[in-house]
Amino acid sequence: MTDRKTLQTEKISGHSGPSPGLGMQRDFEVCKLVDTTTCIGCKACEVACVEWNDMPFGMTTFDNTYQTMPETRWNFWNLIKFNEHQREDGTIQWLMRKDQCMHCADPGCMAACPADGAIVKYTNGIVDFNQENCIGCEFCVSGCPFNIPRFNPGTKKVYKCTLCSDRVGEGLEPACIKACPTGCLKFGSKDDMKFIANERARQLKENFGMENAGVYDPQSVGGTHVIYVLHDATDPERYGGLPKNPTIPWSYTVWKWLFKPVLGAFALFGGLGVLMHYVSVGPRRPQPEPPEKEAANGNGD
Amino acid sequence: MTNGWIDIKNTDMMLIMGGNPAENHPCGFKWAIEAKLHRNAKTIVVDPRLTRTAANADMYVQIRAGSDIAFLGGVINYAIQNNRIAHEYLVNYTNAAFLIKDGFKLPEDGLYSGFDAEKKTYDKSTWNYEEGGDLTGKPPAPTPEGQNAPAGQGAQHSDTGKGLGYQAASPTGAKAGTGAPALPPNIAFDLSLQHPRCVFQLMKKQYERYTPEMVERITGIPQAEFLKAADLFTSVRKDGDMKKVATIIYAVGWTQHSFGTQIIRAAAMLQLLMGNVGRAGGGVNALRGHSNIQGATDMAGIFDILPGYLKMPNPNDVDLATYLKRATPTVSKPDPWDSFNYWSNTPKFTVSLLKAMYGAAATKDNDWAFNYLPKIDRNYSWVNIWNDMYEGKIKGIFAFGMNGVMIGPDSNKNIDALKKADWLVVCEIYPDETSEFWRAPGITADDQKKINTTVYRLPGAGFAEKDGTFVNSARWLQWKNAAVPPPGLARLDQEILATIFLKVRDLYKKEGGKFPDPVLNATFAYTTPYNPSLSEVAKELNGKALADITDPKTNITIKAGQQLPGFAWLKDDGTTSSGNWLYCGSWTEAGAMMQRRGTDDPSGLGIYPNWGWSWPMNRRVLYNRASCDGGGKPWDPQRRQVWWDEAKQSWVGSDVPDFKPDSAPKDHMGPFIMNPEGIGRLFVPLGAMADGPFPEYYEPIESPIANPLHPAQSSNPVVKKYKTDMDKYGTLDQGFNVVCTTYRLTEHYHYWTKNNPMNVQLVPEPFVEVPAELADRMGIRGGEKVRVTSARAHYIAKAMVTRRIRPMKIDGKETFQIGIPIHWGFRGISEDEDRTAKTLANQLTPTVIDPNAFTPEFKGFLVKIEKV
Repeated sequence: MTDRKTLQTEKISGHSGPSPGLGMQRDFEVCKLVDTTTCIGCKACEVACVEWNDMPFGMTTFDNTYQTMPETRWNFWNLIKFNEHQREDGTIQWLMRKDQCMHCADPGCMAACPADGAIVKYTNGIVDFNQENCIGCEFCVSGCPFNIPRFNPGTKKVYKCTLCSDRVGEGLEPACIKACPTGCLKFGSKDDMKFIANERARQLKENFGMENAGVYDPQSVGGTHVIYVLHDATDPERYGGLPKNPTIPWSYTVWKWLFKPVLGAFALFGGLGVLMHYVSVGPRRPQPEPPEKEAANGNGD
Repeated sequence: MTNGWIDIKNTDMMLIMGGNPAENHPCGFKWAIEAKLHRNAKTIVVDPRLTRTAANADMYVQIRAGSDIAFLGGVINYAIQNNRIAHEYLVNYTNAAFLIKDGFKLPEDGLYSGFDAEKKTYDKSTWNYEEGGDLTGKPPAPTPEGQNAPAGQGAQHSDTGKGLGYQAASPTGAKAGTGAPALPPNIAFDLSLQHPRCVFQLMKKQYERYTPEMVERITGIPQAEFLKAADLFTSVRKDGDMKKVATIIYAVGWTQHSFGTQIIRAAAMLQLLMGNVGRAGGGVNALRGHSNIQGATDMAGIFDILPGYLKMPNPNDVDLATYLKRATPTVSKPDPWDSFNYWSNTPKFTVSLLKAMYGAAATKDNDWAFNYLPKIDRNYSWVNIWNDMYEGKIKGIFAFGMNGVMIGPDSNKNIDALKKADWLVVCEIYPDETSEFWRAPGITADDQKKINTTVYRLPGAGFAEKDGTFVNSARWLQWKNAAVPPPGLARLDQEILATIFLKVRDLYKKEGGKFPDPVLNATFAYTTPYNPSLSEVAKELNGKALADITDPKTNITIKAGQQLPGFAWLKDDGTTSSGNWLYCGSWTEAGAMMQRRGTDDPSGLGIYPNWGWSWPMNRRVLYNRASCDGGGKPWDPQRRQVWWDEAKQSWVGSDVPDFKPDSAPKDHMGPFIMNPEGIGRLFVPLGAMADGPFPEYYEPIESPIANPLHPAQSSNPVVKKYKTDMDKYGTLDQGFNVVCTTYRLTEHYHYWTKNNPMNVQLVPEPFVEVPAELADRMGIRGGEKVRVTSARAHYIAKAMVTRRIRPMKIDGKETFQIGIPIHWGFRGISEDEDRTAKTLANQLTPTVIDPNAFTPEFKGFLVKIEKV
């Protein structure tokens, strides 16, 4: 059983009382390390992500950049962001950063989500969406400080990188890690990844003249389970809008303890209303299915 | 590659130029990153664009496309002026100390001695060593009268290539045979390197002209930046320390010029000068652009060689003896030194090849069927083939594994050439531009009625549907298994080719012909002749004993019919066969060496001796004798590849010594065993190069400036332009004021992946990279359509406005460069959806070729750009 302990639930969204499966602890937190200083922007991770998750191809349009599309989509969870940064001496630095769910220790999506069990955080750090329970309210979209969750208008559900919880649960590395040809993507325990990242940052400072090299593991969201080595950690914004101090909107951190009991009461009344409606009107009749084409082509942007 | 992919991890310094490995060889580029991570290796990228490779570099230098020799010449000059050279290596392992004939002239005016302006060729007789022995410390003798005149032997040499306009290439630059007999047996030399006619002094004089000022004028690289790059690269040889090592990595960004071979020569010279060849983490490393380009070259997928880089016979080779005399070099060296001269085995390789090709029909009495081999009477290189077809001289073409129309240059000329052909056979996995040349944009329905070319389209198999080998850039033969069978009616290449061959043979049998013997007598002894197994072919290439043969030294006998263990066993008496001597050792009695998957690496140098098999004889680093000092001790004890074992009286090591194993250091045998001199050639004597014994900087055929070194001889003097009505060359005066280069993207693979939705999603449409300053001036915004026009055609795509290409000052004038990825044509997903203009990048490129390797000038031609 030990190798199956990777995916043990720590807490789930919108759920009062103890989470199911709690207490079966995994030994360590997992982490993905992205070394932007050795990323070559080859997009193998993008392809691996699409293929492993069996996502339908979408249409893209040339947009004056090497970047595949402006931002991630419901069917494209892993996107390398290309940015041309002008240094003070006028020279250009071409930055490539693999953008995907950061798997925050303190996930904004989860704080925002009102649907019971739609968002799961495992003890190994993976934050996963369970579309079966998703109500499509898109609160998670606005709750995320990294602009990651994407709504699929076809299915009316929200999707994002799962950190390949299906693979990790079987003791495999995520698909993007496996596909990376240069080794700029690494996967392992959070402690190990932090160690490697810090050593690399030290090497960049000492041997490659990058005084501001550092590791991005923002503590404002309790740290993340995707961490970056950056050439210049003082300015993460230049890497395609990586926030310096990502925070969950206060409204989401506050609303639950403030309003949850009230909403609970509303829910109770709502339930009673449904019952009354059933008694007085009768059962819901089947509605025609939405056309399938829409689901397949919904790009979410 | 002299070295290999994995070996890059052993380097301390990388100069990546004329290549973009992060984008075009992403898997191999991991070893460059290993070197950065584990050795703190530094990377310098010199490229017209800030590429994804440059994004990863410690230093990026923007260069004008085509000006590479000026940059490298400048670095050579810097290394010499600042004594960043490997003195012991230079004196003993290169021809730096050799004296060149009096009468040899450096190209101050752009021309070396011996130029014939009418024929546009050189009489190379003065490009030769002087006869004479040790002149160390002796003052130069007064010039004897008459030495300026071409020597008899030299004249004889220049005759051998008369009227052919080509020369054979070889993997080592050894140019098997061409003019080699004319090299003096006892070369004059001056170990103090002071003699004014010694190679080192001549080289110094040649590159003194490549000052930082001159480099700036030509390349557009500001002096300070150039000096920084030159200092960084040569820093591995600071204070003469030999421990560190630098590598040079390149690809077709160097070959695709009208002087491409000379760019690579310049790199080789720089590496020899700094003592970087033959060493782990060093070398001159060509990254091949397809998975099996190396194998295609080894197997003579080029018109002017036979398998294993043997020279192609020409009509003057009336019999085998004449051919072998021309093709086999004789030793030429300083008397006290020794030279292995491995090409002296050419007769053994040749006869074994003939036995493999013609079996029992090749006998001693019929010269081993030498007269069955075609004798090439002219240059059949790529551009010439299409030119001949355009002129109606070639009536049909087989296109396997390539898209001839797209490859160019001047795709329109190729399309028109196909219109004139009688037939065209295309074996492909997608409908491609070549098989559908008749529906290229601009060809109307009426036009189509006038096209009488019969097109046969054969359904080929994709790479994952075939087994066989890939030979990678590192010369490794690696067997792969088929993943899935070919779909539908698709057939394996060997099945298609064997079927055609057997049908043709049947026709010859039934109907006879002018000369049926080579076809009727060709060996075709496969178990299933209509679909030969590739393992049988691989075994045939390795070769076997045809009679019991015994090595007199070891008394080991190989029985008739047994696979040979290596090319040292090959004989010129008909008792061995081998389809390619370089592959001998790849499939032995011990099994298929090329199928091995051993992952042990005892030395830690990434040699992996039991993984696959690399030619020659599983040596991973060529010329590895040069990794040791004169006494046979490694320059760097941390990176020991091979060394001299005094007790065993033998060369031993982690790698297979690329050397005569029992040649003691005191014998002073040169490490460059494929050259008759045994040394690395800074100066290439006689006929090996068409355009000069040293690389001289010439402007591309279409250039925005006159060559600042010699404006009167601006471009390569021996380059010939084509003369049909289609062959047009643009000038600045005609308004072609922008330098253009072409390249591939990591997201696409040549002209295939435009048919794959995943790749199309990653980069959906063609584009042109335009510097932001130029775009501002032309009022072009990112995503707007632009028209790029050359003297030949125009190309339409969306503009990618970028600051990754900056404006340059070329000879004081502001000059812009743009870049075009080559991947789109008129068939493909985006094309079929009418999302592109269906123009081809190679409609723009000029029909002009390098005089040595005959590669077209796809980089650095002139265009103009405007908003559509």
